[in-house]
Formats: sequence, C-alpha cells, structure tokens
Amino acid sequence: MTGDLRFLLNDREVALSSAGGSDTLLDFLRIDRRMTGTKEGCAEGDCGACTVLVGRLTDQGLRYEPVNACIRFLASCHGCHVVTVEHLRGPDGGLHPIQTAMIEHHGSQCGFCTPGFVMALYGLWMSNPAADAMAIETALQGNLCRCTGYEPIIKAALAAQAAGGQAMDALTVEREVVAAKLRAMPRERVDVSKGADRAIIPADTDDLAALLLEHQKPTLVAGATDVGLWVTKFLRNISPTIFIAHLMKGVEVTETELKIGAGVTYSEAEPLIAEHLPELLDYWQRIAGWQVRNMGTIGGNIANGSPIGDTPPVLIALDARIVLRKGAERREVALQDYFIDYGKQDRAPGEFVETIIIPLNRGAKIAGYKISKRRDSDISSVAMGLCLTLEGDKIASARIAYGGMAGTPKRAAGAEVALVGQVFGKAAFEAAARAVLADFTPLSDMRASADYRSAVAANLLRRFWLEQSEPDLPVRLNYAVGE
Amino acid sequence: MKDEISIKGLAHMDTAHDSAAKHVTGRAEYTDDLAEPQGLLHAYLGLSKCAHGRITAMDLEAVRAAPGVIDVLTAADLPGVNDVSPAGHHDDPILAEQEVKFWGQPVFAVVAETRDQARRAAALAKISYEPLLQALDPMGAKAAGMDYVTDPLTLRRGDAAQGLAAAPRRIKGRFGIGGQDHFYLEGQIAMAVPGEDEDVTINVSTQHPSEVQHMVAHVLGVQSHSVVVNVRRMGGGFGGKETQMNLFACVAAVAAKKWNRAVKIRPDRDDDMSATGKRHDFVVDYEVGFDDQGRILAVDGDWYARCGFSADLSGPVTDRALFHADNAYYYPDVRVSSHPMRTNTVSNTAFRGFGGPQGVIVAERMIEEIAYALGRDPLEIRKANLYQNGQLTPYHQEVTDQILPQMFAELEASSDYQARRQAVLDWNAKGGVIRKGIALTPVKFGISFTATWYNQAGSLIHIYSDGSIALNHGGTEMGQGLNTKVAQVVAEAFQCDLSRVKITKTTTEKVPNTSATAASSGTDLNGMAALDAAEQIKTRLVDFVAERWQAPKDQVRFVPGHIMAGETAIPFDEVIKAAYMARIHLSAAGFYKTPKIHWDRSTGRGRPFYYFAYGAAVAEVSVDTLTGEYVIDRADVLHDVGRSLNPIIDKGQVEGAFVQGTGWLTCEELWWSEKGELKTHAPSTYKIPLASDRPRVFNVKLADWSENTERSIKRSKAVGEPPFMLGISVFEAINMAVASVADYREPARLDAPATPERVLMGIRRLQG
Repeated sequence: MTGDLRFLLNDREVALSSAGGSDTLLDFLRIDRRMTGTKEGCAEGDCGACTVLVGRLTDQGLRYEPVNACIRFLASCHGCHVVTVEHLRGPDGGLHPIQTAMIEHHGSQCGFCTPGFVMALYGLWMSNPAADAMAIETALQGNLCRCTGYEPIIKAALAAQAAGGQAMDALTVEREVVAAKLRAMPRERVDVSKGADRAIIPADTDDLAALLLEHQKPTLVAGATDVGLWVTKFLRNISPTIFIAHLMKGVEVTETELKIGAGVTYSEAEPLIAEHLPELLDYWQRIAGWQVRNMGTIGGNIANGSPIGDTPPVLIALDARIVLRKGAERREVALQDYFIDYGKQDRAPGEFVETIIIPLNRGAKIAGYKISKRRDSDISSVAMGLCLTLEGDKIASARIAYGGMAGTPKRAAGAEVALVGQVFGKAAFEAAARAVLADFTPLSDMRASADYRSAVAANLLRRFWLEQSEPDLPVRLNYAVGE
Repeated sequence: MKDEISIKGLAHMDTAHDSAAKHVTGRAEYTDDLAEPQGLLHAYLGLSKCAHGRITAMDLEAVRAAPGVIDVLTAADLPGVNDVSPAGHHDDPILAEQEVKFWGQPVFAVVAETRDQARRAAALAKISYEPLLQALDPMGAKAAGMDYVTDPLTLRRGDAAQGLAAAPRRIKGRFGIGGQDHFYLEGQIAMAVPGEDEDVTINVSTQHPSEVQHMVAHVLGVQSHSVVVNVRRMGGGFGGKETQMNLFACVAAVAAKKWNRAVKIRPDRDDDMSATGKRHDFVVDYEVGFDDQGRILAVDGDWYARCGFSADLSGPVTDRALFHADNAYYYPDVRVSSHPMRTNTVSNTAFRGFGGPQGVIVAERMIEEIAYALGRDPLEIRKANLYQNGQLTPYHQEVTDQILPQMFAELEASSDYQARRQAVLDWNAKGGVIRKGIALTPVKFGISFTATWYNQAGSLIHIYSDGSIALNHGGTEMGQGLNTKVAQVVAEAFQCDLSRVKITKTTTEKVPNTSATAASSGTDLNGMAALDAAEQIKTRLVDFVAERWQAPKDQVRFVPGHIMAGETAIPFDEVIKAAYMARIHLSAAGFYKTPKIHWDRSTGRGRPFYYFAYGAAVAEVSVDTLTGEYVIDRADVLHDVGRSLNPIIDKGQVEGAFVQGTGWLTCEELWWSEKGELKTHAPSTYKIPLASDRPRVFNVKLADWSENTERSIKRSKAVGEPPFMLGISVFEAINMAVASVADYREPARLDAPATPERVLMGIRRLQG
C-alpha cells in the first residue's frame, strides 16, 4: 500500500503521483512551478541563495528550519510544509518586518542572494527572538553575499529582532491548521517514480529495515547534504533512493551515555551538545552552515565515510560506538573501527547506521578544534577531537583523533602514547606534539599542504595545554562583535 | 512654493535602491526568472579536460544520442567568425578548434529540450588530446619562453637605474599576488529569442550590452542592427560580466537562429568558474631606493601577470597595474614594466580595480620594506611620500586634487590610531600566542577608462503626456545603485519625485554604442548623459512656458512639483499636458564625453584620468600564531566620493568593496593542480568572506567635505572600485602581527592571499 508524495507548498497542498528520487526541491520550485523568487547560486548548499523554510512535525510540535532547496530532494519534503519567499508577508499582508528592515537598512545591492538571506533571517526571527549579532552571524554561516560586506544585513536583522511581532506572524497564527494538515497526511510507505528514477519513503524504521533486505543497491538519503551533490554536481544515477531523514529521531540520555538516533540532525543535537558536552559547542556550531546543520544528520556524516567529516574526529575521541542494523539484527561497532580505509567502511549490504552511542565521561578533559581556510562553513584542513582522563597529576588515558590527516578519521597513536602515564604538563604535550608528526602522512591539496596540516596537528596539542594551564591567557581568537 | 512641497529622491539624498522592495520579496527578475518562451531549448557547454593539447579525436555520438538532444554544435557550426576577443586580437574562440589551451575551455555545445538533458548529454563526450607543452603561472611561462598575449607597457620618468645607484639605501624583493574569482551570486546566463529576418533578441546578464550585440552580430555574420541586447539587472558583476558572457550569448544566439526557437544557456557554478576568467595574479619584482628619512628616491619594477591563454582585457588590466604602481606616492625616478604572460589557464579578465589593486599593493609593500628597514611606523613613511599637488605621476599626469593629508589626519584621530598602535606594540611585547597588527593604508585611484574612446555615454528620456518620465541610459545595473543615482539626477533636474521616473531596462535599441559599465564610471558618464537629455527637454519647456504663460525666460524655473512662470506656479503635469497639445518634443537623446583626458600609450605620457578618488583605512587584526587563523578586530574607513549623489548607496559600495578586498587578500585562494585543472571552482572549495569574516567593529564614513575639483556629475566621484584597495590595510596588519614574532626585525613579506597556512608558514620562517 503506497501513496503519493504529499506536502504543503506555501498555502497549497501538493500531491504528486510522479516524482523522481533525484528531483530537487529547487528545480521543482523554479522549473515546474515557475516560482522564481528562490534562486540558484551554486547548487551545492554553500551559498544560501536557495534558502527556503521547511516545517515538519516533531515531538515538540511544528518546527520550521531554513534549508538549501538546491540539494534538498523533493521526496524528502513528504509530510512537510515548504515555505518560500513568495509566501512571506507581514501581519497586514504587506511586507514582513524582516523585509522592511532589509529595505530600510539597505541590505540588498544586486539582490540575488537577498531572498535567501530573508528566509534565513526569517527562520531565525521565528525561532530565536533574542538573537544578538553573534547569533545572527551563526544563522548566516550558510549565506553568501558578494556586494554588501554584510554590515547592513546584520543591522537589518537586529532591527527586525527589535521590531518583534512573532506572535502575529502568519506561520505562528496558522500553526495549528498547518500541523493538522500535516498530521492528516497518510504515513504509509511512499513509492513513486519518474521514468526509471524511483523514490521510496519508508513508513518507519522497521519498514526501512525490510526495504533494505529487498533492494540490492539503493541509495540511502538522510540529510542529502552530500548525496545532493552526487546528483547536482556529479549527475549520478542514485535510483532507487530510500529517504530516511524522518526516521531514527530518538534521543536517550543516561547517566553515562548519549544515545542519538542516526536521523538526528546537527541542529537537533545542538542542545544536547550544549548540555552534556559544552566543550564541543563551538566546534558543533562550525559544522557547515545553519541550513546544512538543519538537514545533515550525524548518522549520515558517519555512514558516508568522509575523511574530513566533522563529527568523527570528536566522536572517536569520545570513544563513540554505533549500532548497525540489518533486518531485525543489530550489532555494535566502535566508531574508530568503522572507518576501514578511504571510501571503505564496516557496513554490510542491507545494513544501516541506526544509533550513535556517545559515552559521557564526566570527569574527562575534552576538546574539539577545527581549522579551515575560512572560519565558518568550510571543510576543515585539520580537525581534532581530544579526550583525556587524569589520575592525580598523571594522564591516565588519552584518545586523540584527527580528521584531514589521513584517508579516514584516525587516532594519533604516537601522540597518545606520549601522553599516557605522564604528568599532565607542558613536557608531555610537547612530546605529543613531536610524536604526532610521525603519526600521519597527510596529503597536500587545495585546502592545505601536508606541511601545514602537520604543523597545525602538533600545535593544536600545544593549544590544548595552554588552554588548560593558563586559562586567563588569551589563547584563542576573540570573534565577539564589538560596538 | 518650494518650502511647501517635499519631494523624494533628489540628488545627494539617501535613497533606497530602486529595486530594494523587489529584492526582498523575490520579485526582482534576473535573466533566469524571465517568462520562458514556448518551445524554449537549453544549451550546455562541453569543456576540455586538458590544459594544452591537440584534439586527436572527438567522439560526440553518445552526446547526440542522449535523451532530449536536438543538436550538438562545434566550431564548424558557427555561421560567422569563431571569436569573441574584445580587444580585436582574434584569439578567443567560442568553441576550440583542433587545439585546447586551458582546462575548462569550451569545445562544443549541446542543445536539448531541458537543461538537465543538455548537461547530462555534454558529460558523455569522449575527447582525446595529445598533450602539448604547458605553462600555468607567469614565471613558468617566462621560463618556458611563452610569448606575451598583448603588448607590454613601460612607464618611465627620470632615470630609475641612476636613482637607485645614487640612493643611500636599496631593497629588492619579489611579491606573489593571487588572483580572485568574481563569485557573482548570479552566474553567467543568456537567453536568445529569434525574430524574423536576421533578428535576434538576447536577454543576458552583462555589463556590456553593446559588446554582446557586436559579438553576436559577428558570430552570426549579420549586421549589428539585427541584434537587440536587453539587461534589466545582474546578480552581481564585478567585472566578471564585462566580456565573459559574450561566449554564452553567442552560443545561445547561434542555436536560436539555427532552430528558430528560443535558447537559454546557464552553466553550472563549477563550469562557470572553470570556463570564465578571473582577476589576474601577478609576480612582481621590485626594487626601491630611499634615504634615511624614508623618502623614496627611485623605483624599478616588473609586473608579470598570469593572463591566461588569450589577451581578453589583459592589455588594459596590466597597464592599470602600472598606473597604480605608485598608489599615492611620488617616485622621483621610476621605471615600471608589465609582462602580460601567456599561460595555459583561463583567460583572466576585468575585476573591480582592473589591475589597480595589484599595483597599489606593491607600493604598500615597498613602504613596509622601508619602514622595517628604518625601524619606523609605516604610516610615517607613507606621510613622507604622499604626492604633493604639482608633482607628476610615472605617466606624467600632474596631481592637482590631493586630499590624502587631510584624510589621514581625520582618520588618524577618529580611529585613535596612535594610541592603538602603541597598545598593539605593548600587547605583542608580552609575547603571547595571539599577536596583533595595525595598519593605515591609503588609496588614490584614477578615474576614467584608459581607452579614451570608452569615456562616452548616451541616454534617452521620454516624458509622456501624463507627466510620467521614462529614463534610459547605456549603463547597466549590477547592484551598485547606478539606476537609482541616475534617476535622482533626472528627478533633480525636473524637480519631481523620484517615483515619477521609471527606470527601464538597458537595451541596445534605445541607446547605441555604449561602453561597458566598468571602471567605476557608470554614474559619471550616464548621469551626465541623462542630465544632458533632461536639459534639452527643460530648455524646450522653458521656451514653451515663457511663451504660454507670458514670462521672461530667465524667470521660468523648476521648483518642486511645479514650474514657475514669474510668480505663477503651474503643476508639472499641467505644463506637460499643455506642452504636448502645443506639439512640444518631449523626448531627448543625451550624450556625454569626458573632457580633458588624453593618453599616448606609445610614449607613456598623457592625462589618462579625469580626476582621482581617494580613501584610507585603518585595520587592526589578531593572529593565532599556533594555527595562522586571524580575525579583523576593527576597521575604520574614510572614503572620498566627492559630493555624494546618494550617501547611503555610496557607503554600501565602500563597505562591500572593503570586504571583497579583504577576501582577495585573505581567504580567497585559487588553486590549480599540476595538470592545470582549477580545483577551487565552487563555494565548497573557493571561500569568499562570510558575515563572520567582516571586521568585528566596522566604522565607515564618507569624507563629506570633499568635492570633485572637476565638473563631474554634481561634483560627485566614482565609488565602485577605489575602496576595494582599502582591504590592503588588513593584509598589512596581518603582516605586522606576523613580523612581531621576530620583533619586527624584518617585514613578514607574505604572499597574497594571506591564508591561515601562509600566515603560519610565515611565522615559522621568521621564528627560524
């Protein structure tokens, strides 16, 4: 029993009996519907010109988030409310406060990026009425503007925040009606095609497990922040696709562990990180841009096996494990053992990542560093996760993992050996910084040279020690926005 | 009367961009948003995968057989000439023939029912190449004995060799300066709609509609009067749409005429970045002689540019690098030469500043060298060498409008430069991980096209019988607010509300033979041309009103919303209606050419620039010496736009240019593989500044006391390019922070861009 692909587009219901798994939301909007307010700037989720809001039902109710329509697959909008710039209006039907502020503060020049900025700021305005300049910058990590230098956009965003009015906003006022419409949409499996391009949306996780036993080589699509590019950039045939971002959303917190469903997005996990792993919050907020964090899932980041994925270095340092499921069978694998080689992971056909288990070692010293050419929304040249435990003044255990240093996210065995059993002091970290040079033979590419990666890998250990030993010394750059 | 009516949008008023409301609602139409004609086809380019090679086989069967494919075009299918060289070098094929000269060069075009089909089909081509000798960078090209793409230039005044020999101190250096991708948010795009006979209409995102018109005519083998080019707006240009869209427009036009169907072409971002030119990167060898007081005595320099496989605009770009090799400083004896090197990379092109930034930054590097050699604040060296009125530039133009001393004084005080520099020195003296740097750098930028004939513009104004005004001019709107500013000039002339002036799309049908909207000249030229048209109509109206309302002509005046005939105020609409009934011509074509300018390239002498625009900035940065990361803590900018036509729009230009300039020198890095493939060809790999990269404190001010000494439009000055170079203050501040690790014994001499990697490697080098 399968049904159509159904979602709300602004104030209309859409039901499609024909749709392909590789159809993007952006092409649907611009080509099929000729709704041209949403722009294509890069088709890879890096510029934000295509930003739209997607509202979906969660345990906390209807949640609207800015996403990149260019790499968002249409099929992943099933059961959601897609809101484009064409739908944005103020309570009186005229301009929305965000739009008014953008005009009054001269936040547009060429105007091409502007609808995307407006939608990202709209998402922020709704979800965080107290956003300051720093929060606005964080929300705009995924939006590029080449004309304004951003200053007037930040001023506009602050002015719109000050103007308020969230309670009267259309998406707030209509929230119950929209939620009811979404709830009324059937939850059965969807299986639609356009030509040979097939999209399957499982009804639930058990249905997914069953589907994976039936299909030989389906493409599993979670947040699509990587798979999207397989289509938009590499023109790959990904059919049949199985969409899973609506599944495995569960989170369980115990005294000793965080159990996070593979379908939990970076944004959804952020409050958990803030509460249980605050040392990693800064790192977490530098994973891609907001739109991508709203789509990308932790499970996808792991399953995908990228050597420079943002979460594995810190998760390996924390000794995370993953639960792999096939049919009704489950097995647990230490995350560090999951990455076998470049492009090769310990995942059998029919298996999928279901849960990520992060031990909460409450007494440990934890750090996560990401170094990139541009601070925000860049792929790291080097990323490091670190977790140490002490016994007295000695280092009892050390787990240090790097991304960008090898074909897989990998532990720095020599550096760890140099630390364990030593006095928690400068000498040990100097020794580790020397040892880490022998742990890796990194590559040179457009992001960084091998020499730079090695130098930084060593210096991050020095940085960690300085932060520990001289908490009052400025060791990190201060990015706070001033007067 | 005048006091009773307030009208909006006159000259010198803060006025919002005319399209602002459309921008924020998504209703502003860019080329890809235009309603599509029925039967629209889509074209897509097939690009080379070889930096230099002879095509030995080209198998396009799979391309032709792919779903939806209508046609595959190769060079042989072009009815006219296979060339879009803007400088007439005949070296810029639309589609490569026999030989490819860079990785990413268009080789064929597919035409299909949908863009997706065309794109997928293009990927199916099988082309083999016999590799030929390749050179990717300027010094590699020099070593390989590659030729120049265009004639080099030398500027000379006095005797540099003798001046250097006689100087008490001399320093030599080499400076690598990276290029930059435009990263306009709207990529290249063109849509051609065929008409009857030989007609074709092209809607295209271009800064240079007349050139598109002429190129399409050549390629189709028809006369220019058959080709109409329309541009309502661009989603950013920055020089990247001055010549680069010609190729796309031509492919669309050829396919449209061949199939008698509308054809659109829009490359994917990666193809756009691979197949279109960028800012030239340079390697510069410089030598400067100076005295113990830090006064420059002589300068000798060679500017080697990566021009790419063809000339494109490399001639004027490398010329302008030399025109700005002095930035704001007087060089008593000077010799500077350009070396426009041919390389097997995409042909580099115009980009905001047009070579100027690559001249200016070398002048600032030499100042740094002198300051570090003498143990002085670079600002003192700058002050000691600023031009004084009456001194000659290396191209023998007399400087007469110098205002930098006043700007320095104002900025030094407003930014609290001296105290902050001391604080930076004190901070660094503590020797911590985080180091700071501060720098105040100026810009002096020559305004006018160095190709003198480009300094002309036309306009067309209609007043309809209901009193509404339609304004057209030859400039194009790419976000800079040109249309708004020109409309303000017209509103001011007629003393009417800006809302009465309809800003229409730029079209070659209304104003012919226009120049590119480039060289910061858009408002200067088109504002004047529009004013000329307005004045013609006003003269007719004055004559008419004087006669009809029986007043002396010198007592007919335009006041807000009205025309005064002596003491009688007649509403504007009423005058227009009466004028129409009286058969007064209510339309005029305006024209303007910049006076006083001349330039003789063969002698290297002349007055290429009508005037100079000035600016200065102070930047303070913090650098992490463990990782090479940095943050711009504060930037203070004071910029000269003369009497601004629209201060808020000009301020936006200054802010945007500053951030774009810092991007060029910090995070934006172009990186080619050894095989010559550009690997930074999308925003995932090519990083332009984000909101969080802008200065943490950003104070931008216009020098509101400045007035153009020349009779420019309303005494304003051009604004597009000059502030771009103020980003150099950030680069210098980073260099200072790096130099602090060796106690400023020598300058950091970082090549640009100062990526975190370059910064860290510079620190390690100085630490020994």
